[in-house]
Amino acid sequence: MAKVVIPFGPQHPVLPEPIQLKLVCEDEKVLEVVPNIGYVHRGIEKGAEIKDFQQTVHMIERICGICSFIHGMTYCQGIEDLLGLKIPRRAEFLRVTWAEMSRLHSHLLWIGLLADAVGFESLFMQCWKIREIVLDLLEMTTGHRVIQSASVVGGVRRDIDPNQVAQIRAALDQIKKGIDEILPVLLNDYTLKARTVGKGVLTQQQAISLGAVGPTARGSNVRQDMRLLKYAAYDAIDFEPILETAGDSYARALVRTKETYQSINMILKALELMPAGPIQVHPEGWPQGETTQRVEQPRGEVFYYFKGNGTRYLERLKIRTPTFANIPTLLVMIPGCTLADVPVITLSIDPCISCTER
Amino acid sequence: MAQMLPTVLKNLFSKPATRKYPFEKRAAFKGSRGQIKFDQTKCDHCGDCQRLCPSGAIEIDEANNKLTYDPFRCIYCWVCVEHCLQKAISAEEQYHAPAYTKTKETHTPAKTKNNV
Repeated sequence: MAKVVIPFGPQHPVLPEPIQLKLVCEDEKVLEVVPNIGYVHRGIEKGAEIKDFQQTVHMIERICGICSFIHGMTYCQGIEDLLGLKIPRRAEFLRVTWAEMSRLHSHLLWIGLLADAVGFESLFMQCWKIREIVLDLLEMTTGHRVIQSASVVGGVRRDIDPNQVAQIRAALDQIKKGIDEILPVLLNDYTLKARTVGKGVLTQQQAISLGAVGPTARGSNVRQDMRLLKYAAYDAIDFEPILETAGDSYARALVRTKETYQSINMILKALELMPAGPIQVHPEGWPQGETTQRVEQPRGEVFYYFKGNGTRYLERLKIRTPTFANIPTLLVMIPGCTLADVPVITLSIDPCISCTER
Repeated sequence: MAQMLPTVLKNLFSKPATRKYPFEKRAAFKGSRGQIKFDQTKCDHCGDCQRLCPSGAIEIDEANNKLTYDPFRCIYCWVCVEHCLQKAISAEEQYHAPAYTKTKETHTPAKTKNNV
């Protein structure tokens, strides 16, 4: 049988975002995969050189609709570093609270998408129903459900009052109950397991050499989590990254499911430890010098490089998003699998193309 | 899939999780970033909003005493609302309704820089 090249994407029902994988197939078996990105490039890095550094926060948040808050927070941390600004402790805890809420809703969204990819519609709907509670919490505390715009250079824009804290605690309880309800289905369902167990295996060695990040790396037993760098208020919150050893799609699903519980605990811990005080300081001066930031997003490590030249405008801003680091892992995960497994394996790295292309 | 059955049955006999949107609207949360309104009697033409707006939705034409606001360019970040010294920009919690045509709002501030 001759080799056939089958294009997967840029438009594909499983993956609403545009990435193309050229699949070199022999019969049903995929021999080779060639990824092709660049369909939704928006020039945000260049835009950051044109807008003033405080306006850029709002643009940076639009890189991604899911980890919007974490992008904004990373950018603010970098600028604060350049300005030598120390933000109030309460603001750091508030940032952790919202960052973990973003992670929680991102993982719930992903579990839903996985269920959808294998054709399990009722689990998909159930996951997104639970996710809606987190989005409501974000809207209640920050003013918007998707683009939170809560982080600014020098702190945060909104505070969480005791009344809202009580509401958050009640809602998190509800979310926990919801996840408890769907977890046994996710862990034991025959169809789901048949589509994920042993599919898209990434060994620990491959994960390290290909530079995998986030749940993709942790699913292959690589202890890598940027929250261990103790940025923002993560120094006050103890946690241990969740690791799985199998390295297949199922292991990555398990990591993300367990991380939802971890995020709930971290939000509760942050709310408990949050000190009283101001939430914002006024930034003085203009960014000068170079710095980098590494922050853990729901999909893994995001890397920012900043270069300021002492004016209102940054000279260079470079963003390396987690999906960009995870795409090379597809080159070893997909070859050898059947054509029908490609969508689920691709989805198992939780690709966010909008992030990748900026 | 059998394990999902209790949840499915529970959902079948409970109220829908969704709303019949245009007919039934959810009340906006307190502090939800919605529409922006300009109070022409308070504005003093200082231009802070135009300078701070990340999307360039506000334009002030001082020569003709005109303030143009484009609600379809606006990203509803509320930076102008928070920074207006004259409190001339107020905000509502309800978001802007969808429309068939994109229109701009033009305001004529009563005060100007010279006659404050």
